[in-house]
Amino acid sequence: MTSLQAQDVVRRIARQVIVDGVTLTLRPGETVGLLGPNGSGKSTLLRLLAGVLAPTTGVVTLDGRPLPDVGRRATARRIATVEQHAHTQTELTVRDVVALGRIPHRRAWTPATAADTEAVTAALARTGLTDRADQSWHTLSGGERQRTQIARALAQEPRELLLDEPTNHLDIQHQLDLLDLVATLPVTTVIALHDLNLAAMYCDRLLVLREGRAVAEGTPADVLTPALIEQVYGVRAEVTDEPGHPVIRFLRRRY
Amino acid sequence: MSLRTLLLTVGGPAALLLSVAVAVTIGPADISTGDVWASVAAHLGFGESTLAPLRDGIVWNLRMPRTLLAAVCGAGLAVCGAVMQSLLRNPLADPFVLGVSSGASTGAVAVVVLGVGGGVVSLSAGAFVGALLSFAMVLLLSHVLGGSTDRVVLSGVAAMQLFSALTSFIVLTSADAETTRGVLFWLLGSLSGADWGQVVLCAVVLAVVLAVCLGYARTLDAFAFGDDAAAGLGVRVARTRLALLCATALLTAALVSCAGAIGFVGLVLPHATRALTGSGHARLLPVTALTGAVFLVWVDTAARTVLDPQEVPVGVVTSLIGVPAFVAVLYRGRGKA
Repeated sequence: MTSLQAQDVVRRIARQVIVDGVTLTLRPGETVGLLGPNGSGKSTLLRLLAGVLAPTTGVVTLDGRPLPDVGRRATARRIATVEQHAHTQTELTVRDVVALGRIPHRRAWTPATAADTEAVTAALARTGLTDRADQSWHTLSGGERQRTQIARALAQEPRELLLDEPTNHLDIQHQLDLLDLVATLPVTTVIALHDLNLAAMYCDRLLVLREGRAVAEGTPADVLTPALIEQVYGVRAEVTDEPGHPVIRFLRRRY
Repeated sequence: MSLRTLLLTVGGPAALLLSVAVAVTIGPADISTGDVWASVAAHLGFGESTLAPLRDGIVWNLRMPRTLLAAVCGAGLAVCGAVMQSLLRNPLADPFVLGVSSGASTGAVAVVVLGVGGGVVSLSAGAFVGALLSFAMVLLLSHVLGGSTDRVVLSGVAAMQLFSALTSFIVLTSADAETTRGVLFWLLGSLSGADWGQVVLCAVVLAVVLAVCLGYARTLDAFAFGDDAAAGLGVRVARTRLALLCATALLTAALVSCAGAIGFVGLVLPHATRALTGSGHARLLPVTALTGAVFLVWVDTAARTVLDPQEVPVGVVTSLIGVPAFVAVLYRGRGKA
């Protein structure tokens, strides 16, 4: 069974190829980590999967139907996205931001339904933001802002959740808090990450990109080898197999 | 329903009704609120007017259309400003940011000064055509430049400069002193020429555009975190932006062609109203329509009475009030950008 699938997707901007023939099939409930250096096409692949960007060639399907056939609103009711750095100038409370997640479910000219209110309340509770609901977004810390975005995504009641480096700019405690939260969510997750150890800890499966191409795919133990890390990131590392997941230790360069 | 919602839904329209009724009584000719009711009732077919024809004319043909046009313009400009600010993600956007007012001014002087249209085309029609031409140019230019929000704003600035220069060029090279004064007065925004035809036209366009924008209220909320976030929430970004830009430009063009470029209402009133309603457009748009209407009714009343018998262009008064408010908006927004 598959939920969201990218088949041989290519995305070009002018002559530059950003994503070059990537295929990714998500199984319901799994957490897939997207790895690769800066500019390897992680963000673009996520945008293709969300249907925000159209592939130059290839197709992204949801339950077997191409995303354009599913339609933008219906897609947004299934797939929610959390960007790496959300920013707004609008004065919004935490509850306002979370309520944005109901937009794809709501009709024009009609007030919020009980289901809308319920979804927002549940999303706030799940992310531990109930006490902060009436606080201004601008007064939140970076970690709280990301949690608010995840709450907004949950209010969309998605079955697929796409996160683009959600732990950037967070201290280690908030990184772990956030990923623990994501890991417990009952959704299929694709998460772009920079930190290989976090990817090893929290992902069921990894897809490694380099210059837009998929260079490795599999479980963290299969993928995260010293040879691959050297090939993709150009750094030397030791990998030890701890119970549950591998642990990566980077080595200093020798001159 | 919260107390605030109740206050806004009942108090807002009541304040507007009261403002119109009182504003009509203010002026050199001594008119009472009773006279206003009598005249309005008679013209709407409820009983005979007991007023002398002259006083009745002052109420029905002069002050009433003028006050109502002020209300419609205030409402329309505030709504357009609120929509533009959300759509372009720019707190300093106003209805004229797409060059509509400068295009209108060029169209107007082309008719009045150069005699384009051979006397058949009115100043308003010329202004309307100029506004739409300028808007079309901005759309085309921003599309060529890539279509992002800052390209739209920059294209608007370019159009504004171009058409302002054209207007100045035409006025300075071809107009006599008297025409120049008249054109200048109109450019600064004035409701002195208001008639019922303009009121009806602008009110109809306002009603349609407001209804469309309210239909898009949720969509406008979705733009708070940018285009990608909006797309992720199911919004067809390019199509929505084009539709709403066209709707607001049409309304702005209609308002400008009747009353000139009344500045600052569209910039400041939406910001002031957000403090009252929050940022949700389903509440912001109708409430800012009311605050804009009440604001402009009173400002226009001041504009036509303070220096009586001389009249100050209403755009000058709104700017005199608007500039300090504008500074306050910037001041409050410091550190957030």
